[in-house]
Amino acid sequence: MGNPLLFIFLAVIAIAAALGMLFSRNAVHSALFLVLNFATIAVFYIVLNAPFIAMVQVTVYAGAIVVLFLFVIMLLGAEQLRALGSLSGGDRWQRILAGVLALALVVVTFAALLQIDVPGGDIPLIDSSPLALGLALFEGYVLPFELTGVLLLAAMIGVVVLGKSKKRGEDA
Amino acid sequence: MPSTVPIEWYIALSVILFTTGAMGVLLRRNAIIIFMSVELMLNSANLLFVAFSRYLGDIDGQVLVFFVITVAAAEVAVGLALIVIIFRTKRSINIDEINLLKG
Repeated sequence: MGNPLLFIFLAVIAIAAALGMLFSRNAVHSALFLVLNFATIAVFYIVLNAPFIAMVQVTVYAGAIVVLFLFVIMLLGAEQLRALGSLSGGDRWQRILAGVLALALVVVTFAALLQIDVPGGDIPLIDSSPLALGLALFEGYVLPFELTGVLLLAAMIGVVVLGKSKKRGEDA
Repeated sequence: MPSTVPIEWYIALSVILFTTGAMGVLLRRNAIIIFMSVELMLNSANLLFVAFSRYLGDIDGQVLVFFVITVAAAEVAVGLALIVIIFRTKRSINIDEINLLKG
């Protein structure tokens, strides 16, 4: 559950990184802010007694996924793709509407938070070692695990097919 | 200030991060940034899963995070492949210019 000061420190960094990702004009900067956000959330996982999830977060998210993002950004040379440019055009009402919707979501959730009764107090630490996680995964979630494998296979085949068709068809 | 962090704080932080991601999807025009915003939203959900796992003393929340991460990885792989193909045909990844399916 952690120290409140540590929480505030990390939360400020996480929110600032998220806003930095949102408002960066350069897509590479956005990706780097995203890494900062993922790293902060990994620290939250350690605070919340989930060290293995934190390691997975760092390797899969901050490692693999963001590297994929950076690779595509640099492959396409899409760093400065009129980043926020079109916002100043005729779709200003979209911005206002998005702001109103975001505000509504935050207000509704905070209002709900004031009314619900959530668990608190001293909850004992549970065993969250990789062994315990693996046992929980394979005792209660075997079918979802298998379906995840099918999903990954489908994604892999999809990417290969997409990559092939563009080479054959578009060169002409 | 409380001596430990109540779970309301984690819910609030998660909502703020989720809202930031949703704003990114609604406001930005760069398809890659939109994908990053989706990742941010998935991450805020993961944070809440782990927080509830801690506060309820139940490890199932941490197991669910694995599934979310897997789906996110698959989604990014396919999505970025699509972006690369769209860029090759349209020379742009501005979503306002991707209107080939428009009748």
